[in-house]
Amino acid sequence: MTTAELIGQDPGWLIVVKALLVFIVCVLLTLVAIWGERRIVARMQMRLGPNRVGPMGLLQGLADGVKLALKEDLIPAAADKIVFIIAPIISATACFMSFAVIPVTGPVTLFGHKTAMQLTDLPVGVLYILAIASIGVYGIVLAGWSSGSTYPLLGGLRSSAQVISYEVAMGLSLVAVFIYSGSMSTSEIVAAQQKWWFAVVLFPSFVIYAISMVGETNRAPFDLAEAEGELVGGFHTEYSSLKFALFFLAEYINIVAVSALATTLFLGGYHALPGLTFTERWLGGWFTLVWFFGKVIFFFFIFVWLRGTLPRMRYDQFMKFGWKVLIPVSLFWIMIVSTLRVLSLQGAPRMVVVAFASGVVLIVLLVSLAFDSAKKRAESIPEREVPVPSFAVPKLPGSELEEPRG
Amino acid sequence: MVEDEDFSIEPIRHDLGLEAVQSVSVGNAGPKSFGTQLQGFWVIFRTMFKKVNTVEYPEVKEPTAPRFHGRHQLNRHPDGLEKCIGCELCAWACPADAIYVEGASNTEEERMSPGERYGKVYQINYLRCIFCGLCIEACPTRALTMTNEYELADDSRASLIYEKEDLLAPLRQGMLMPPHPMYPGMDDTNYYRGDVTQSHPSQEISLEVKP
Repeated sequence: MTTAELIGQDPGWLIVVKALLVFIVCVLLTLVAIWGERRIVARMQMRLGPNRVGPMGLLQGLADGVKLALKEDLIPAAADKIVFIIAPIISATACFMSFAVIPVTGPVTLFGHKTAMQLTDLPVGVLYILAIASIGVYGIVLAGWSSGSTYPLLGGLRSSAQVISYEVAMGLSLVAVFIYSGSMSTSEIVAAQQKWWFAVVLFPSFVIYAISMVGETNRAPFDLAEAEGELVGGFHTEYSSLKFALFFLAEYINIVAVSALATTLFLGGYHALPGLTFTERWLGGWFTLVWFFGKVIFFFFIFVWLRGTLPRMRYDQFMKFGWKVLIPVSLFWIMIVSTLRVLSLQGAPRMVVVAFASGVVLIVLLVSLAFDSAKKRAESIPEREVPVPSFAVPKLPGSELEEPRG
Repeated sequence: MVEDEDFSIEPIRHDLGLEAVQSVSVGNAGPKSFGTQLQGFWVIFRTMFKKVNTVEYPEVKEPTAPRFHGRHQLNRHPDGLEKCIGCELCAWACPADAIYVEGASNTEEERMSPGERYGKVYQINYLRCIFCGLCIEACPTRALTMTNEYELADDSRASLIYEKEDLLAPLRQGMLMPPHPMYPGMDDTNYYRGDVTQSHPSQEISLEVKP
């Protein structure tokens, strides 16, 4: 029985329980994620991080939340009041929704009912997630626009440009997964990775997804939309109190959501590491929860690691990287994958497949060689001559000028 | 235009002492290789397991540097008389106007310090003090020094104005609480020369006679 059929038999009360669980787990994860991020980044900078509230500072997120809730809720006079209020709600709502199609465990028994921990299994589950993520961007754009202030507007614009361009790369990296698994349903994609994870089979896709998911969530080094140094807080500069808390919540849930999606699509979802498949039956199947969240935490750690290591990119470099590197590479890679897939589905002889693969490798090598030599030639061009000005100037290095011409 | 005049603007290197430093030309070497760039990730990862620099302050108190500028102290002579002569030089030296001194004359019945005058009122406002130490430099009798005590936080303005009794050094072994007469046979010059090393029994007796 497939997961879709299994979930289809859920009674109404079980769906409500699952929906509630998704909400609770998301909020709790956010609290732990904020704490975890601050602690890990602190260690990377040889600090301790929050350690005052609760054991090891675990309740820091809760304390911050209470503080935010008790603060004065400001709405600037220049703000578009209705949109200003709706924007954080859109952001926070959208980020919760993407969790509905993530399969968190295999078949388990919950309150005596055989089911799987996944709220619903759409046949176009991954597309649904992409759509929801795009709706989340509306929250950011509208927040920037409705604040009636310059920095938020710039932040909102940057954010929309960023998310749109990186969503293209992200969508393209997912196409290879769709081609290989033959489905867009999350549970079937997980099932298709029983033997080999797609992170191995479709390694370039995985890399492109990993990069674009950082761009998609507005995180360092791609956090241009809320660049503290340049835009104060970006789109949420004018927000305070609970509205700000909603944006904060949305950001962290988004991180967890894209990590969960990466886990599902590339790291075999809730399945155990290869060679440890026997653990999936422990605790009546509930042990798969450990595997799933272990992988999500692994991705979360990568997020934190990136933040601790890399400086923020310049905006033009960032856009150039998205449009001129990630998207063309994705397209090229999809063409190769689809050709290979068609070849194997049509039952082409092994020779043809090998010839095609080696042909591709050869072309890539030749192109990169040509690129390198062109670059070398560009470098070997002698320095251009310094123009001789007609007025007194300091002597430039490499200039023959001793005295100015009068 | 005058042909033989030199228009090139160059720093006079020997004037700036620049010749002593070997100059290094800094060129743009271009982007580093991918592997070199990845090394940064390893550096950050390794740092996670290093010892943290944080001092967990309220629980762990590390000693300050020996000459740390902390709370002030009004010192005493070895027999317990105060060193402060109420000259107000510290107050005049203070750039933050944090010190207030009122001097008064010593009498034979009530002597607080050797010599003519003593500081009757002595206040330091720690809301104004910038701990620069100019007052200590100004003090002619070494009456005012600084301790290493730095926990001065308080919750009211009034309690951060330290009075003379808050600032006075405690009585140590062999010291007597003033007012009391000077060491028999000694005058204030002897005090400043360090001839007085402890109190004399006669100084104590006169204290009891006083009322």
